[in-house]
Amino acid sequence: MKIQEYTVSRHNFEECMKCTVCTVYCPVLQVNPAYPGPKQAGPDGERLRLKNPYFFNYALKYCMNCKRCEVACPSGVQVADLIQAARIQYSHDAPKLRDRILASTDLMGSLARPFAPIVNGVTGLGVTRSVLDATLQIDHRRVFPKYSGRSFEAWLRRREKEQAAFDEQVAYFHGCYVNYNYPQLGKDLVKVLNALGVGVQLLDKEKCCGIAYITNGMSDQAARHAAHNVAVLRKAVEDKGLKVVTTSSTCTLTLRDEYPNLLNIDNAAVRDSVLLATRYIYERLEQGAELHFRKDFHLKVAYHTPCHLERLGWGVFSERLLRMIPGVEFTLLDSACCGIAGTYGFKKENYAASQAIGEPLFEQIRSINPEVVACDCETCKWQIEMSTDYPVRHPVSILAEALE
Amino acid sequence: MRFDTVIIGGGLAGLTAGISLQQAGKSCAIVSTGQNALHFFSGTFESLEEAPDRMAALFEEAGIRLHYRKGVRLMPMGSFKPAALALEDVEIFPDPHFSRKALIVSIEGYQDFFSAFLAEGLEQQGTQCRIHLLDLPEMEPLMQSPSEMRSVQIARTMDRVWEKAVREIRLVLKDEDTVILPQVFGLQDTAVPDRIRESLPAHVVFVGTLPPSVPGIRTQQLLKRRYEALGGTYLSGDEVLQAHVHEGTVHSVVTRNLGNHYLEAEHFLLASGSYFSKGLKSNPFRVYEPIFGLDVRQADERSAWYDPDFMADQPYMLYGVETDEALRPRAEGLPFQNLYAIGSILGGTRPEFGTGAGLAVRSAFAAVDRILNAKTESE
Ligand SMILES: Cc1cc2nc3c(=O)[nH]c(=O)nc-3n(C[C@H](O)[C@H](O)[C@H](O)COP(=O)(O)OP(=O)(O)OC[C@H]3O[C@@H](n4cnc5c(N)ncnc54)[C@H](O)[C@@H]3O)c2cc1C
Ligand code: SF4
Ligand code: SF4
Repeated sequence: MKIQEYTVSRHNFEECMKCTVCTVYCPVLQVNPAYPGPKQAGPDGERLRLKNPYFFNYALKYCMNCKRCEVACPSGVQVADLIQAARIQYSHDAPKLRDRILASTDLMGSLARPFAPIVNGVTGLGVTRSVLDATLQIDHRRVFPKYSGRSFEAWLRRREKEQAAFDEQVAYFHGCYVNYNYPQLGKDLVKVLNALGVGVQLLDKEKCCGIAYITNGMSDQAARHAAHNVAVLRKAVEDKGLKVVTTSSTCTLTLRDEYPNLLNIDNAAVRDSVLLATRYIYERLEQGAELHFRKDFHLKVAYHTPCHLERLGWGVFSERLLRMIPGVEFTLLDSACCGIAGTYGFKKENYAASQAIGEPLFEQIRSINPEVVACDCETCKWQIEMSTDYPVRHPVSILAEALE
Repeated sequence: MRFDTVIIGGGLAGLTAGISLQQAGKSCAIVSTGQNALHFFSGTFESLEEAPDRMAALFEEAGIRLHYRKGVRLMPMGSFKPAALALEDVEIFPDPHFSRKALIVSIEGYQDFFSAFLAEGLEQQGTQCRIHLLDLPEMEPLMQSPSEMRSVQIARTMDRVWEKAVREIRLVLKDEDTVILPQVFGLQDTAVPDRIRESLPAHVVFVGTLPPSVPGIRTQQLLKRRYEALGGTYLSGDEVLQAHVHEGTVHSVVTRNLGNHYLEAEHFLLASGSYFSKGLKSNPFRVYEPIFGLDVRQADERSAWYDPDFMADQPYMLYGVETDEALRPRAEGLPFQNLYAIGSILGGTRPEFGTGAGLAVRSAFAAVDRILNAKTESE
């Protein structure tokens, strides 16, 4: 009866029954003919690679790790993990300078932030973008995320006492984006959690989750970040008995799933305590906590489920929270990839594919013509704002705005 | 999280039930690990002699058009199979002699459509055949990965360039009365197959390809969109791992993604499919249902599970969960109060509901009625 237990293969690849369903849902395959597709790149290729690493195909770098193939696979094959694991194991290309820069979101953040107005001005200039394009092959049509003058960490630190006064506490893994680019989202979260009677603390020096290192071929750095973060999370979870909330779906997926599956970093002690803020808030409300909403609030919202949130399977919490706000006119957008996939769409060679992938989503947004698009992912936000002219807001920010 | 009904499995059975319940004002969550048998759907609905009004209405509202005609359909390998109810773009003929002369059109480099077998099969029926390969420059990028030159990738390109294909066919068409095309049209734009029919001066017949099935995927997407538009929750890629049951009543289910956040409901529908979808599993000793450990009708002796003649009807295909008249399954002989099994997980245990798609749709409606009536009875 134990037979099956002994035949479980790495990332479940032997479960593949060659049904081709994954190829239907791979956004890259639809626009980039140079990409072999999830079935070839994943389980089919794995068979060959196990025979001889010679069969490793560098076109695997076109995979944007969106995980849509895994969501679609009826056999539970971890197709995207197989592909990323193969890149980690077999790719010997040194990452380009450009990829190093794009991947180092926290380094970039701490360097750029003190000079935010200058950096924002400079990266906003057509001439800088052309230079970036020519020298680093970062596509000149990309709009860069803005850097904020003051970090979120600094903001929250100044409120340490006030936050500590709440009986109940959570720790917040804010990620690079909230810290350097968009502290407002962190402030919105603090507002909502405070309204629920919960105080917010920082972790003891979190680092970037490291997803961009993984997808840019720097898994050693990623593993170092992972080990550091797991240690920091353990302090919060084991020593202080806290839950850890997040606002980025990609950071969450990385902390929970990529660490053990791709980087071999054991996170079992903390995995179940890392929760997206929307799930945490929803659960509090379910347990009887109350939020009081403005009576005059009205907003037409179209909600986009980011790919990594779809993989986490937690989009339902954001959706239900938004639907619960009086005055929200809610539409769920069709499940689709926006095309950016973190740093993927920033690269010149991916720009066209990235925009083509997102087009059906952009079109649906235009046809609905909402006041805002809601979405839990920072890179989706850049992509949708750049490509549609509709403002994108995080569900937590919309909640904060609707509060009395 | 609490719903009126939690449905395990988002295939034809689960979606049919979900749409009906949402329409009746009930809140549902469908949990489905991965995609389902509709991705391999031929376009004809087995064992449905006619479209029950209710099913026709449900499909119509989802934007899926059906047609009914008792006869035969042309199979991908050139044989014919009885059929009655089909998707609009799948042709049903009164008998196999439907054409005197046919032009079979395929696409350069496309290996999942068997023109030569088709021609051979049709010629046995006295139909003269000619094969033409479309050579469209727009297909060239696809050929870079020959392994990915598949129906859905082709269909995506065809949604853009079908008019060009039609123009080329018009040029090569001689005195053929019929044009046979692979089912690679109308993935997104459902009007395309009809427009192709209108634009060609011959009878147009679309024939199935190797999977994935373009009309099947379209059907799945339209049903799911309809379900979500009615406010239904669809948890894709999540898997129900176990259930909390107390004295025959299911209180909640545990899923892989939601972990300790259980899904609670008044009623539960098990629409997890057959072996292919892992609704039923087997080990060397028995066929079992993995979530609830339901009683599965089967032969005790493993040697009786299968017929050594590979092409024969296989006994194991008839195995399925045992249910009472109300479609409620049992575990160790004891019945469940609020759990219903629908669709292919029933195998051949409920022949009155038919087989294949007929079984999925009929059993879904039957369970939905039970749930809606149970509600009014208890009120
Ligand atoms: C390859 C193939 C081709 C077919 N072609 C036809 C045809 O052309 N015409 C016809 O009439 N019939 C056809 N059939 C028969 C088919 O089974 C039915 O028509 C019908 O589609 C079955 O629907 P279903 O909803 O019962 O199951 P499925 O479509 O199999 O759906 C079951 C779903 O449940 C999910 N699931 C399983 N376990 C769990 C779990 N623990 N948690 C969450 N989700 C779970 C699966 O991932 C799957 O998505 C075909 C069957 C197969 C296998
Ligand atoms: S969907 Fe899963 S089982 Fe099917 S081909 Fe892809 S990896 Fe294999
Ligand atoms: S992770 Fe995304 S891009 Fe990569 S193979 Fe899967 S579906 Fe395609």
